[in-house]
Amino acid sequence: MTTISKFLKKPVSSLFLSVFCGFVTSFIILAITGYSPFEVASSLFNGIFSRPKHIMNVVIKGMPIIFTGISVAFAFKGGLFNMGAEGQFIVGTIASLIAGSIFDLPPFFQVLVVVVFGTLAGTLLGGLTGFLKAKFGTHEVITGIMFNWIALYISNFVVSLKNFHRPNSNSTFPMKDSGFTGLRGNLGFLKDSFFSDILKTEVNVGIIVAIVVAIFVSFILNKTQKGYEICAAGLNAEAAKFAGMNVYKNTIYVMMISGGISGLAAALSITGTSPHSISILAGFENNGFNGLSVALIANNSPIGCIFSGLFFSGLIYGGKSMQSDLKTPSEIINIMMGVIVFFVAVARIFPIIVDRLLKRRQKSNG
Amino acid sequence: MPSKIKISSQYAVQMRGVTKKFNNKKVLSSVDIDIKKGTVHAILGENGAGKSTLMNILYGFYRADEGTIFLNGKIAEIKSPHVAIRNKIGMVYQHFMLIDKFTVMENIILGNEMVNKFGVLDLKKSRNRILEISNKYSLLVDLDAKIEDMSVAMQQRVEILKILYREVDILIFDEPTAVLSPTEIEDFISTIRGFALEGKTVIVITHKLKEIMNSSDKCTIIRSGVNVGTVNISDVDQKELAEKMVGHTVELSAKKTKFTPGNVVFKITDLCVENEKKVLALDNFSLKVRAGEILGIAGVDGNGQRELIDSIACLAKVKSGVIEICGKQIQNTNPCNVLNNGIAIIHEDREKIGLILDYTVAENSMMKNYKLKDFSKNGILKKKFIDKFAKNLINKYDIKPENCINIPARNLSGGNQQKLVIAREISSKPNLLIAVQPTRGLDVGAIEYVHRMLIKERDEGRAIILISLEMDEIMQLSDTISVIYNGCIVGNFDRKMTNEREIGFLMAGGEKNDYNLKIS
Ligand SMILES: Nc1ncnc2c1ncn2[C@@H]1O[C@H](COP(=O)(O)OP(=O)(O)OP(=O)(O)O)[C@@H](O)[C@H]1O
Ligand SMILES: [Mg+2]
Repeated sequence: MTTISKFLKKPVSSLFLSVFCGFVTSFIILAITGYSPFEVASSLFNGIFSRPKHIMNVVIKGMPIIFTGISVAFAFKGGLFNMGAEGQFIVGTIASLIAGSIFDLPPFFQVLVVVVFGTLAGTLLGGLTGFLKAKFGTHEVITGIMFNWIALYISNFVVSLKNFHRPNSNSTFPMKDSGFTGLRGNLGFLKDSFFSDILKTEVNVGIIVAIVVAIFVSFILNKTQKGYEICAAGLNAEAAKFAGMNVYKNTIYVMMISGGISGLAAALSITGTSPHSISILAGFENNGFNGLSVALIANNSPIGCIFSGLFFSGLIYGGKSMQSDLKTPSEIINIMMGVIVFFVAVARIFPIIVDRLLKRRQKSNG
Repeated sequence: MPSKIKISSQYAVQMRGVTKKFNNKKVLSSVDIDIKKGTVHAILGENGAGKSTLMNILYGFYRADEGTIFLNGKIAEIKSPHVAIRNKIGMVYQHFMLIDKFTVMENIILGNEMVNKFGVLDLKKSRNRILEISNKYSLLVDLDAKIEDMSVAMQQRVEILKILYREVDILIFDEPTAVLSPTEIEDFISTIRGFALEGKTVIVITHKLKEIMNSSDKCTIIRSGVNVGTVNISDVDQKELAEKMVGHTVELSAKKTKFTPGNVVFKITDLCVENEKKVLALDNFSLKVRAGEILGIAGVDGNGQRELIDSIACLAKVKSGVIEICGKQIQNTNPCNVLNNGIAIIHEDREKIGLILDYTVAENSMMKNYKLKDFSKNGILKKKFIDKFAKNLINKYDIKPENCINIPARNLSGGNQQKLVIAREISSKPNLLIAVQPTRGLDVGAIEYVHRMLIKERDEGRAIILISLEMDEIMQLSDTISVIYNGCIVGNFDRKMTNEREIGFLMAGGEKNDYNLKIS
């Protein structure tokens, strides 16, 4: 029993336990509402793993939230809560679309320009949030939420502009295809293999960049002088100031980088997957908000965000097949995600519960 | 040492075989302790011996891995501080757990509010009860003052009232006097003696031998997590206590070498600084320090010391006046500039400002010089060098546990955290070293070592400002002494030409001329 308690005190194991509890709870809810948990589980599992195509789709859908997860995690290490990832993602999308529609360069350069514009837009918005915090002390969560809405309306405004709006639709024209980052063309050699159905998906470079960024951010945080300063300011701003670090500048930098990562997510998303255009947004698409959950599950580890992002997107994508196979309501997958996030957030209780049980058992034995 | 005393209701607390491990490292091994009702019981031990851990177990903050606790002869399972309070045990930590923005009254009743029959806060009833308690024990405070506006001694009073309000019979204090001035310590001692007379039981962790002699009935000594004996205070003297604690003979005071001052290194002229309430906390304050000189600043807490440090460190804005190091003005610049000009500060608040508790010992050790070339290359930290650097500090200053470079500073004992701060600041070889309460929370051995280090630094030609509430420390180390009162320097003395009485007289607001009149 002590070994169990020790095992549970490891963050990773309590994470898995939380996920497990989340599943169990959602299956109970499903059973109550009249769906067989086994069927749901198998549908979910098949929806994700049955074919390479499905796995690839999970990866493709996971890419943006891996990025926004890293963005949130990075800001968090610097002591900032990047609630504005959603808005940074949206402005990243807008800037990418505009650049991708206006410029007309050879493919490689076109992609480069589009990505730079998207990233820059996120950087600026994040930086502005950081600046307001550093200069006036306005809390980044408040400004973040406001900027999210502003970004949303700007996006809808851009869709309505004559130059971009596609007649008789609620979206813009797609960007020029020289800016696309799909990889289907480069994967022709898979044609006759088992993996051939990957070619039916919109496989793109995004995930590779995401992995590189995760490793890079993790390196910056843990191994460099800048990372040392960022984490110091995040853990104890007073002490960091006293040690001669410029905490104000740090706040701005961190928010710029965090925003940039969200912007990059947007650029790779719009260049990587169809429709390569922006539609009128009735509400948020949650690319940024899901990043908050991704970062939470990853315990703010950038590398961890890769896995938790894939996990999340697996649920989202697999949930769709649940919906079509079993006609479960779409809310059920949201409940499932909510429950899992809830359990992760309270994961600290597991070791405590085990300790309690342990003591009780000792008492009844002796 | 296993206790031979029977479990009995004469004892407020008896612990048997208490063992506690942190990450597989034993910090308490089978500790027995007996604390008689109605006594003041001191707990003494070197830094990191396990005193705080033992008391945290009694208070339910930690759970023991093994062992039993008996309260008044009955077995008790203290799962949490909440249960401890129900069992009439209260603890005052060294770092007070008060809410700054709340008033005294609000802090005291928080979590234990009295309500009337409609479930509405009954403030009048609470107020009367608090007043009753504070009159009974002469613990007078302004119930409507905000905590942030109060001196440390007053805050401690609030903490004591807070636990008395919860009707405890056993009071635990973890280094209560580390932050008090000599007169405040006297008050504190008479307060706890009063508790004992009343039948309450008081447990005090402290490093100050003199205080144990004056306040306690018995003293239990803990060495590396083992109880090595309990003595009657009437049977021992300070030196014996110290020897029992470290296990060999000790020198209680550092020897000083001859004073040969050099040029003025650091100068403050007509400094005016406002505190948060826009009141002048420093009023035309001036001082000078020479190379190779220890300037002791004596004064009661709250007379402008904090504002002085904050304005030198550029954490606070200076209204007017000049702060000059080696001829360069630094007022109203930034902490980085202060650092670059070779000013090192051992800050009094090690938990909030001196250290980043969640950083490892190694990471904390380089906080002041991580920008130097040796520590990084192309912006990438040189882990090997940093570890070696940290190890060197740990060895030199005997920071325990020995291989602690990769554990968070939070997990060090209070005294070892302090040693880490001192080690870091002194090793930066500054032009000016400002030591604020440098030996707070250190055991006698460590105090002696730090004193020797300070003298050595002075002999190497550094200018040192020592700000301390300990009169003994000021008298022992300083070459010159300035007394701060109400934001001004009210007297400058050559150490050899003054005495404790004169300094004490000025600290309390007396006029220099009056003193001379008084003694002549
Ligand atoms: N939460 C913790 N995790 C790991 N180790 C700890 C923790 N708390 C204390 N320790 C270790 O336990 C030992 C005893 O610590 P404790 O705080 O009880 O010492 P102490 O006697 O109060 O010393 P001091 O006089 O310096 O306050 C130290 O070596 C310390 O590093
Ligand atoms: Mg302690």
